[in-house]
Amino acid sequence: MSDSPILERAQRFLSVLRHCQVLGMSVHSAKPDGLILRLPYSPQIVGNPETGVIHGGAITTLMDTTCGISTVCVLPEFEICPTLDLRIDYMHPAEPHKDVFGFAECYRVTPNVIFTRGYAYQDDPSQPIAHVVGAFMRMGKSAQSGKGVTASIQGGGQ
Amino acid sequence: MSTLNLNELVRQAHEQNNYDPLISLIPYAKLLGIECLRLGDDMVFRLPANQDCIGNPTLPALHGGVIAGFMEHSAMLHLLMFMGIPHLPKIIDFSIDYLRAGHYRDTFVQCQVWRQGRRVANVAITAWQTNQTEPIATARAHFKVDEP
Repeated sequence: MSDSPILERAQRFLSVLRHCQVLGMSVHSAKPDGLILRLPYSPQIVGNPETGVIHGGAITTLMDTTCGISTVCVLPEFEICPTLDLRIDYMHPAEPHKDVFGFAECYRVTPNVIFTRGYAYQDDPSQPIAHVVGAFMRMGKSAQSGKGVTASIQGGGQ
Repeated sequence: MSTLNLNELVRQAHEQNNYDPLISLIPYAKLLGIECLRLGDDMVFRLPANQDCIGNPTLPALHGGVIAGFMEHSAMLHLLMFMGIPHLPKIIDFSIDYLRAGHYRDTFVQCQVWRQGRRVANVAITAWQTNQTEPIATARAHFKVDEP
């Protein structure tokens, strides 16, 4: 699989998630070995008005989405993969007025479950603001409602 | 927002049974549209159905991150309201299990503080839509509750 179909599929996936559009999230990079999404800083996602630090919930949304969409990096065709569970460890608060990036990779793919892990960072990926692990259920291609959306994310006229 | 101010806001909210001023302090809570319902000594948090909170467009279903963010913030508010903490608790970790799809309808959350130490509090959080006995998600979180 070359990189660009993965990027296109990740972008299409993100574009149908209304809440992610509200937060202004975008795909920073999408490769077979992992996905990076960007969450721009905005006053509406502030969790502490005294400091301007963004809310943990916005980081959770970023990381749930990043882990969920990272499944397109390893699956040959688009499948709906609902989140089974997600755990976030906060290393330190995000710095205000700076965008947050979320990286995620799938480290184990089974016929039923995909295990993902990742981290959120601002300037330096080696100084993450949060670490994340999440498991996603594979629903398979046959068990999908809303074929139209699935096909539009898959792309390539499938 | 000084320490005194926050304590005062909590006191006023309890007294007037109006938690809107407390909630509107936090922009993220306003973005999601979180509400607070007091039932006797219990507090139930409500997230009214909102198009902007949808993730999966085919069901349609709420974004898992919105459910998690709502639960995390509910736990924070719960600590603020009941545990006599004069400042915003800081999240240490958060772990969520998704049990059912969160449909496009009102979601409710209730919190249980299992342990509050001097520095750290452990909170269990349950979210449901139709029936409290059929949760759509359960979560647990640790918060740092001592002086920042």
